[in-house]
Amino acid sequence: MAEVTLTINGGQITVPQGSTILNAAQKMGVFIPTLCYDPELTIDGSCRMCVVEVKGARTLMISCATAATEGMVVETESPAVIEARKTILELLLANHPLDCLTCGRNGDCRLQDYAYRYGVKEGGFAGAMHQYPIEDDNPFIVRDMNKCILCGKCVRACAQIQGKNVVDYTYRGFDTKIAPAMDTTLAGSDCVFCGNCVAVCPVGALQEKVLRSKARTWEINKVRTTCPYCGTGCNFDLNVKDGKVVGVTSCDGDVNGRALCVKGRFGYGFIHHPDRLSKPLIKKDGQFVEASWEEALALVAEKLGGIRDNNGPDALAVLSSARCTNEENYLLSKLTRAVFGTNNIDHCARL
Amino acid sequence: MTNPIQDVAGADFIFAIGTNTTESHPIIGLQVKKAVRGGSTLVVADPRKTEVAELAKVHLQIKSGSDIALLNGMANVIIAEDLYNKEFVAERTEDFEAFKAAVEKYTPEYVEGITGIAAASLREVARGYARVKNATILYTMGITQHICGTHNVFAVANLSMLCGHIGKPNSGVNPLRGQNNVQGACDMGALPAVLTGYQGVGLDDVRARFASAWGLESLPAKPGITVGEMLEGASHGTIKGMYIMGENPVLSDPDANHVVHALDKLDFLVVQDIFLTETAQLADVVLPAASFAEKDGTFSNTERRVQRVRKAVEPVGEARPDWQILCQVATAMGYPMNYASPADIMKEIASLTPSYGGISYERLEQGGIQWPCPNPEHPGTPVLHVGKFSRGMGKFNPVEYVAPAEMPDEQYPLVLSTGRRHFHYHTGTMTMRTGALEVYYGTEYLEINSADAAKLVICDGDKVKVSSRRGSVELSARITDVVPEGLVFTSFHFPEVAINRLTNPARDSIAKIPEFKVCAVKVEKTA
Amino acid sequence: MANVTLTINGVKVTVPKGTTVLEAATGAGFFIPIFCHTPELTGFGACRICVVEIQGMRNLPASCVTEATEGMVVQTESPAVVEARKTILELILANHPQDCLTCEKNGNCLLQDYAFRYGVKGPGFEGQRHSFSIDDSNPYIIRDLNKCILCGRCVRTCAQVKDRAVIDYAFRGFDTKIAAPMDTPLGESDCVYCGRCVAVCPVGALSYKRLSGQGRVWEMEKKPVTCTFCDSGCEFDLVSKNGKVIGVAAKAPGPGRPLCLKGRLGLELLYCDQPQAPQLKKDGEFTEVPWAEALGLEGVLDKIKKMENKQ
Ligand code: SF4
Ligand code: SF4
Ligand code: SF4
Ligand code: SF4
Ligand code: SF4
Ligand code: SF4
Ligand code: FES
Ligand code: FES
Repeated sequence: MAEVTLTINGGQITVPQGSTILNAAQKMGVFIPTLCYDPELTIDGSCRMCVVEVKGARTLMISCATAATEGMVVETESPAVIEARKTILELLLANHPLDCLTCGRNGDCRLQDYAYRYGVKEGGFAGAMHQYPIEDDNPFIVRDMNKCILCGKCVRACAQIQGKNVVDYTYRGFDTKIAPAMDTTLAGSDCVFCGNCVAVCPVGALQEKVLRSKARTWEINKVRTTCPYCGTGCNFDLNVKDGKVVGVTSCDGDVNGRALCVKGRFGYGFIHHPDRLSKPLIKKDGQFVEASWEEALALVAEKLGGIRDNNGPDALAVLSSARCTNEENYLLSKLTRAVFGTNNIDHCARL
Repeated sequence: MTNPIQDVAGADFIFAIGTNTTESHPIIGLQVKKAVRGGSTLVVADPRKTEVAELAKVHLQIKSGSDIALLNGMANVIIAEDLYNKEFVAERTEDFEAFKAAVEKYTPEYVEGITGIAAASLREVARGYARVKNATILYTMGITQHICGTHNVFAVANLSMLCGHIGKPNSGVNPLRGQNNVQGACDMGALPAVLTGYQGVGLDDVRARFASAWGLESLPAKPGITVGEMLEGASHGTIKGMYIMGENPVLSDPDANHVVHALDKLDFLVVQDIFLTETAQLADVVLPAASFAEKDGTFSNTERRVQRVRKAVEPVGEARPDWQILCQVATAMGYPMNYASPADIMKEIASLTPSYGGISYERLEQGGIQWPCPNPEHPGTPVLHVGKFSRGMGKFNPVEYVAPAEMPDEQYPLVLSTGRRHFHYHTGTMTMRTGALEVYYGTEYLEINSADAAKLVICDGDKVKVSSRRGSVELSARITDVVPEGLVFTSFHFPEVAINRLTNPARDSIAKIPEFKVCAVKVEKTA
Repeated sequence: MANVTLTINGVKVTVPKGTTVLEAATGAGFFIPIFCHTPELTGFGACRICVVEIQGMRNLPASCVTEATEGMVVQTESPAVVEARKTILELILANHPQDCLTCEKNGNCLLQDYAFRYGVKGPGFEGQRHSFSIDDSNPYIIRDLNKCILCGRCVRTCAQVKDRAVIDYAFRGFDTKIAAPMDTPLGESDCVYCGRCVAVCPVGALSYKRLSGQGRVWEMEKKPVTCTFCDSGCEFDLVSKNGKVIGVAAKAPGPGRPLCLKGRLGLELLYCDQPQAPQLKKDGEFTEVPWAEALGLEGVLDKIKKMENKQ
């Protein structure tokens, strides 16, 4: 494939033809802030956060949408670039609630990151502020359009990842807003609550309802795992705080990328449900009573051993589980065959 | 699946039969949608007008249980019009002549009488499938949950071999597994006739290898029995003790009343689970297990990808990971079983299982691996049957259409079909306790066509009683054109709508899968 | 020692006599917010965020100054307690800049933690606001008294070291503020820039200038290190980001631990990947000085040099 070589901040980099300046910079490890760009979505080029200075160009160029060309000379943090970014941030903050104090995305918010990086404390323009009601009439997602920076990523994620087109730009000018058709709530729309829009939102406009009310971003420990529901095998991060799973967020899964479905993303609540079994139970006179592990294991060994010895191994039967791990299915097969002495093992794969 | 999930998006033609992909496998559904957006042709065969059917170029709204007729009909057209892949058939398959003869009578006109699909539509779809470069077939329970389930699968495989749409990217025969680790449970030998990696218990050398690895003289050679036979045996008293780990057959198996009766007759029942399920309530001993978030391990997904499960939190209360409990039971029974961690168990699995031979926790840190992966250098196998089938030549298995075991009659005039809902999962044990899913989708309903509803004088939201020869349940009706006239549908997620009191335990004679997708019922308005 | 047994949120707790309700509750694993109290500083009881409900008492007492007594029945999160805490937070926030966006303390700020915990979003009272100018008159500590919640921790920790007591409460009522004598900026006061006050400030009113703009709390890692310049054994934190040590902060300013500037600078020189040049006040002006001078090692170095030359 044809390649081009360009200079970014004085260093040379060679990239395949067709790469953007942003791609090239990222490949070099040079940071360029972005708001509307996402590697999995079509390029929008609307936020202008990613502007850079290209030698010979009359204006600053949008790095996420400008192809790198042979011999190009780029500066990513020149005074003009910084000035432009500051202005963009000031404009955004002029119409942004200064809510980081309690915002669920505090600590993981691009607007905040960039404001800190460029030392923009608040909107330089005391502009009109939106006063949208916060939408939380569903148990999954909270939408606070006052915090929306109109990057349009949710619109593209819903269309291009989820294939749904639930949300889109509505109204015009200052009133522009992201909303489902007829400006209803998500609960009133076709939304399937996959949360894939939440996963791409760079700020706190879209938040996971429970996760973001239970923990601050910096208190969370993430553990990558595989979904316990359907057979697709999506990967995600369990978000853990104080020894409890408080939520699920996307990672870059082998199968699913960042996409998840409503069960995978919002179906973790059973883990700490009060109905969870926490002690062995033994039935005595038709009633369950709590027992110690020693007692329960001894009883199981005695009874199953008794049946095996008196009625023969084939009087025992075992159901393994399509929900348990490979290692556990293996061990149960081993237990059945090596200890019980029968091949009577099956599971509900057929169901 | 013969092919990876990501392959679906690249197929020119997707034939989805008996799968409500976007609801039951949402993320695979995204691949389907992506393919459609990219201009691929999507054909859906399903009695219901599901979400994915709405996306399709052609929706073949077939009669429940008529899949073989449809698939044989497509083969008939493809052979008759000389559209099949002669080179592939000649070089890589056997028994083509027998197959050709078998499908000869399935002319589109004959098939129309069984499936209700117009001959012209069938021809169009058959040509479409045969002519494209890459075509993939997706299916789920809609194919397997019939008395002829295994034959349905043969019919699907026959069609793909006929056109050579297998053993290459973006094609193949792709069953979508309903549960996270069905694939793994099968791979690990949680089946009556095979050990890990489908090594038959009947083979002396296999048994000898396992026996020596497990430190025993010998292992039982006689193949075991299946779920249905276990329950049958329990009710007849030949099975006296059962050990059930993480399954809820009372809700998930057909003819629930019978299942309860059978488990009640056991001398001793152990259930190991995370909740006191309907099945656990019948147990003599219940052992509290750790959830997926509380243990390490691996799952194998529907495309044979082995992936890590990682411990994020401590088990609640005194619950223990299933693998530890099993070790302790074995040890208590005089067979010491000790593993430091699931990684060690995987080492043993790899040493005994050729297809898992190269899989280890160290490698899985870099991402999932698709088996077969025979050695540590092997990259894994995304696409099966490239250049050669696992058994050598691909064998055509001619199959004939047979009607479902229970057809509607005067007394039970409607067909009941069951399946999944987007917001829930399996018997609802987990999804009814999330604090979110059940809040949003809290009650189940019966889908019924407006014509049937009118006949029965049922309005939307009315409480109705649905009965089969085996039992009845009550729920509210939703009038919808998702189901055609003559068919009603609901899910099996809700314990209070224990629909499996109604379903027919008639099973496929080979794979022993019950016929969940067709049973005869009547619907009456209650209040 | 005699023990007392009391009931906290329904749980029986036994503690030595003389223990405060706060210590008893936190020892038993219950959460009680604190602003003015810290374990290293003596009881003060001014901020009242630590109030609890005690059966038989008419008001909500401050748990940090209330002694646990035999048979006491305590509720740490009753509706009345939560209501009181919310009101206190609302009152504080009514006169607090909404600055977390770029505040150096964001992510490690008690005011923020409690506001999140009790769901106090913003000012319930549109109050009159201070507009103090930010004091960065010295190279080490920035003071933004608009963010000060007047907990007095800085005053007390400063007074713990003999001859310091540089800052104190000044003025009254709404105008109350923490200030050096005559309300001079820190740079013109007797302040020695030890950073004890920065270490205890629960909010973003006090911060290290040399760390300002260097990164956010959640990006930084802290590793304790003990200073060896003198035998006081003061503890400091090495602050690093992306694996690079970017600064040194005072830690745990207990009694008898002076935490001097010299010690901190010495550790910066030792551990920082790119130590910033030290500055000392000369004739009332801060000027960059050589490391040897800043660390008071000139005499020693001269001597070493002489000895080496002789050889
Ligand atoms: S969205 Fe970001 S900038 Fe806005 S309040 Fe939340 S954390 Fe702060
Ligand atoms: S949750 Fe999913 S379906 Fe709903 S708006 Fe977001 S992306 Fe679209
Ligand atoms: S809701 Fe979030 S993702 Fe959507 S446009 Fe607003 S800021 Fe962007
Ligand atoms: S997230 Fe959804 S689609 Fe993915 S594995 Fe889990 S249940 Fe299946
Ligand atoms: S400066 Fe900090 S420590 Fe001192 S009184 Fe104010 S808030 Fe408290
Ligand atoms: S001191 Fe705390 S509450 Fe105040 S602006 Fe800083 S972080 Fe926010
Ligand atoms: S990121 Fe380039 S324009 Fe938004
Ligand atoms: S912490 Fe108790 S009154 Fe301030």
